[in-house]
Amino acid sequence: MKSLAELKAIRERMQSQVGMRAEDDSQTRVVVGMATCGIASGARPVLKALSDAVQEKKLSNVMVTQTGCIGLCKYEPIVEVMEPGKEKVTYVKMTPEKALEVVEQHLIRGQVVTDYTLGNIKL
Amino acid sequence: MYRSHVLVCGGTGCTSSGSEKIIEALKNELEKNGLTDEVAIVKTGCHGLCAAGPIMAVYPEACFYSMVKVEDIPEIVSEHLLKGRVVSRLLYKETSAEGGILSLNETDFYKKQTRIALRNCGVINPENIDEYIGTGGYEALGKVLTEMTPDEVIQTLLDAGLRGRGGAGFPTGLKWKFASGNRGNVQKYVCCNADEGDPGAFMDRSVLEGDPHVVLEAMAIAGYAIGADQGYIYVRAEYPIAVERLKIAIAQAREYGLLGKNIFDTGFNFDIDLRLGAGAFVCGEETALMTSIEGKRGEPRPRPPFPAVKGLFDKPTILNNVETYANIPQIILNGAQWFASMGTEKSKGTKVFALGGKVNNTGLVEIPMGTTLRTIVEDIGGGIPGGKKFKAAQTGGPSGGCIPAEHFDVPIDYDNLIAIGSMMGSGGLIVMDEDNCMVDIAKFFLQFTVDESCGKCTPCRVGTKRMYEILDKITKGQGTMEDIDKLEELCYYIKENALCGLGQTAPNPVLSTLRYFRDEYIAHVVDKKCPAGVCKDLLSYKIDPDKCRGCTLCARTCPADAIEGKVKETHYINPDKCLKCGACMEKCRFGAIYKE
Repeated sequence: MKSLAELKAIRERMQSQVGMRAEDDSQTRVVVGMATCGIASGARPVLKALSDAVQEKKLSNVMVTQTGCIGLCKYEPIVEVMEPGKEKVTYVKMTPEKALEVVEQHLIRGQVVTDYTLGNIKL
Repeated sequence: MYRSHVLVCGGTGCTSSGSEKIIEALKNELEKNGLTDEVAIVKTGCHGLCAAGPIMAVYPEACFYSMVKVEDIPEIVSEHLLKGRVVSRLLYKETSAEGGILSLNETDFYKKQTRIALRNCGVINPENIDEYIGTGGYEALGKVLTEMTPDEVIQTLLDAGLRGRGGAGFPTGLKWKFASGNRGNVQKYVCCNADEGDPGAFMDRSVLEGDPHVVLEAMAIAGYAIGADQGYIYVRAEYPIAVERLKIAIAQAREYGLLGKNIFDTGFNFDIDLRLGAGAFVCGEETALMTSIEGKRGEPRPRPPFPAVKGLFDKPTILNNVETYANIPQIILNGAQWFASMGTEKSKGTKVFALGGKVNNTGLVEIPMGTTLRTIVEDIGGGIPGGKKFKAAQTGGPSGGCIPAEHFDVPIDYDNLIAIGSMMGSGGLIVMDEDNCMVDIAKFFLQFTVDESCGKCTPCRVGTKRMYEILDKITKGQGTMEDIDKLEELCYYIKENALCGLGQTAPNPVLSTLRYFRDEYIAHVVDKKCPAGVCKDLLSYKIDPDKCRGCTLCARTCPADAIEGKVKETHYINPDKCLKCGACMEKCRFGAIYKE
């Protein structure tokens, strides 16, 4: 390494990873249902896609985590987005592709992707 | 990229309680469940809560599992990491609240702490330089090399009011200033004192194990400030994990060009080598340490000349302690004002204490200067086990003294501790309750100094030995009142005449116990009694005939066959045979055995 710019590059690359270990109440929580029902209907690729996208895009105020059965097994995979001070948004029947859309629209631009939410889905 | 990080403590405390095996089991179990690409295992340094080890923290949920066993791993992996269900029975008890998990920072143990020196301990993988850089590492070095003059660096430290964390509390900036003359024309050295020897102190080890790069970075900053191009870390060979991680850190820093020639293309050269100490306590004294680095027998020499003038290899040298260095990059990045805003008037910043003895949360705590002993023992330490009463706290190891209950509310800083007859020392803090005998404690520390005296000067070599003999006599019930006076006289004589810090401070444990617990000495001498029931020669075990049921359990337990008696008859302890081990008292179900 010969310059401060290189140091900065390493820091930026690492920050999103080490940043996962911060404890901060003001973060947006993205929770993926990962009970047996969720996993069976494909929650793991969804979780992985969300986690990777959030780290790639360096969304340091977003934490991607998992939870157990939410109770709506037939709507799995379910992803809940909880922003501090806002109503919880529940996305259902998620896929990795839909998840990326949520990252782009909801987490970055702040626009809820209503097509995928629990209230609007038609089965 | 990983979606979850599992942090397993790899400090000495948790390693000895089995964290290596846990990491192994975790690896296997992750593989079995196909999670190796999703979950990262990070071996970190000490979290501080050694009493609850082995410790594991799972992020992003920030779940803090304590006392984890290998058998628990399959459950953690399949339940938590795979299905997202926290294994609540393993949660550190204070974080497992009703209706959710509390953040670790909200627990009593962490709430009142301010972590600067321990900032990265338990957070990053100490064997990965990228993680250190990810938390802002080596930015302070970049800043001083490109934006600051050496004199500005020294002025920043002076303004911050940082004082040496190794014990004496000498202002760090001043030390650097003394060594800063004639930059570029003479060979100079930067040394790090990692020869932590006080019984019960382990904060330097934890910094080296948890965040070794911070020491390297700060030493390079010191090299720039005084104009040195070579550093030495003198570390105890008894710290194998610290030595290993330092070696890895130095190799990584060299590979990145953060040590070596022409750092950041500024023309500044600096490199660091390790020197292992062979375990002599006196080598923590600065002149003895340098003599030892030179390859000679580790003995102190008179000062002046001070190391800043004539130190290692007779060249100007600065020597700072590990914890002192660990503060420096943060001071450079956040500014002197930030640091000076913490602490008391003359003691700025924070101090790390190794909390041990009769306290519930044994471990490592970092608190702002000026915190009271009560906060440390009762709030952070979780009080004394078994509801016993606080008697005293010992700080400063063999060079320090005891703080009695009457000073429980004194704000702890360098000057207050000296005023009440103790000292900061490197930061060991041993809590004692009513079951500790103060004469015995003084004897313990004197035994340590007698063993560790290097023998170069007479006051220390002979004087401490004589002191030990008098203390031994007193604990055996053979002391006289004249002995106590003689002991005190000897203390002052040794303090004034010993060559180095080891001898000059060796009488402190005796002086401070004499000051606050003289009645206990007198009880040993006049009444031939040990009030705390510790000194074996002054106590005897007896059986209360009213309570004894004649169950024979004590007689069967006694290793010396000292207990006589038949079934269902009152037993009797033969004082001639009794070893005073106390095994019978522990076993008795009826509380019939007592000591007096």
